[in-house]
Amino acid sequence: MLRVDLGGHIGQLRLEARFDTSRGPVVLTGPNGSGKTSLLLMILGVIAPERGEVSLDGTSLFDAQREVNVAVEQRAIGYVPQHYGLFPHLTAAQNVEFALACHEAAPPRAERRERALSLLAELGLAPYAEQRPHALSAGERQRVALARAFASAPRALLLDEPFAALDVGTRRQVRVFLRDYLERLALPTVVVSHDAEDARAVGRHIAVLEAGRVVQSGSWEELAADPASAFVRELTS
Amino acid sequence: MAPAPRFSRITLALGALGSALVVFLLLPIVGLVSGTSFADARAGLRHPLVAPALELSLVTTALSVTLVVVLGTPLAWLVARTPGRAARWLESSLKLPVVLPPAVAGLGLLLAFGRASALGGLLARFGLSVPFTTAAVVLAQVFVAAPFYVEAAIAAFRRLDTSLLVIARTLGASPVRVLFRVALPLAAPGLLSGAALCWARALGEFGATLMFAGSLAGRTQTLPLAIYAALESDLRAARSLSLVLVVVAFALLVAVQSAERASTRSGAEHD
Repeated sequence: MLRVDLGGHIGQLRLEARFDTSRGPVVLTGPNGSGKTSLLLMILGVIAPERGEVSLDGTSLFDAQREVNVAVEQRAIGYVPQHYGLFPHLTAAQNVEFALACHEAAPPRAERRERALSLLAELGLAPYAEQRPHALSAGERQRVALARAFASAPRALLLDEPFAALDVGTRRQVRVFLRDYLERLALPTVVVSHDAEDARAVGRHIAVLEAGRVVQSGSWEELAADPASAFVRELTS
Repeated sequence: MAPAPRFSRITLALGALGSALVVFLLLPIVGLVSGTSFADARAGLRHPLVAPALELSLVTTALSVTLVVVLGTPLAWLVARTPGRAARWLESSLKLPVVLPPAVAGLGLLLAFGRASALGGLLARFGLSVPFTTAAVVLAQVFVAAPFYVEAAIAAFRRLDTSLLVIARTLGASPVRVLFRVALPLAAPGLLSGAALCWARALGEFGATLMFAGSLAGRTQTLPLAIYAALESDLRAARSLSLVLVVVAFALLVAVQSAERASTRSGAEHD
């Protein structure tokens, strides 16, 4: 379980958030500029919060009081950013191999390659293994990014706007695929999405961020029954 | 109504002024190339000054560019990745050798490494003397050419998509791995173009070398100094040497431009 309770500043914006993944994937939603991506970066350890705690399966990753701050590369949190962030100089297979090579007990090169290919094949990407990212469609890039994140053996997963770069047709497919995939992985997961329909497809637990604060969190039904703001009302209508 | 003329008067006037500059800039190169016959060029290259100068230039510039890349790449990385005024100030001060007259740079180096200086005195105790040696040639080249590489490298590192560096770390990559496997390969076109500019500047270095290293054939007389020396004895040799430098400079220009195109292309791929 990923437990987040932190606060800090991003420029002028004061960020305060508290949620956990005890009830399954959390969908973090909110208007543009509400601090969703910054919150993910704080959970990852890229931006240091000013107060609070982040813990994963009982292990403290950040604790302002006890001065715990685990380095980004040691947190074992998989991250797929908005545009998927594939390394443009590497092929799909090499992107996945990169993640496999980062482990302390990294398998030998030949084995890494074999595992990268089988991870890609699992996501239906076998024909694209030798392609560079620019030759792939948005949906294919996303799956390569997921394979790469998964190759690093993460203990939690953060997805930033996984649907934003997809066209309408692909979007519907990806919603189904992602919901099933996340269910199968059963990892603590946070998905950022500003679109209600997308959000509903991947998670039952919603946290609404507005101007840096979680104004409401709960199931869709709870949010719809008693919306705490105009944004939540519009989201659930 | 009469159709508008294809070129307005103002365009023609601006064109005339611009053309005058283009003609002037090309004139010396045309003079060098057209006035030299193939037989003359070959004869000129056999002049006794030529071979040692060519060898010395290749050896010293190879050394100085290597030094600049090895020392300048970490510096550029740190400057590009450090926010704040101190890094900006350092970056501006690194450009100083570009605007400094080469004679001033040469005198400065002479004063810094001469026997009268603290550093020079220290080296002398170990029986080392830098001025008027091949080492001085390399130091003069490093001094004038380093900013060209460092500036290009800082720009290349700044252009990097930082989210890729973050992702590499979330995948478990150590900072060293992020640098060597992600940052350097992605910045490579920019770094290569900077190294080519740096090499071109080092190859053409004249003033600071003359002041700090002198013009001793085989020891400190690089191509540009040999051209100056040959001018007094054999114009053909000076011309041939100049042609060699023109060809090399042109090749470097082409290399820089294609590296820059590759760099903007790989930048566009990130989006």
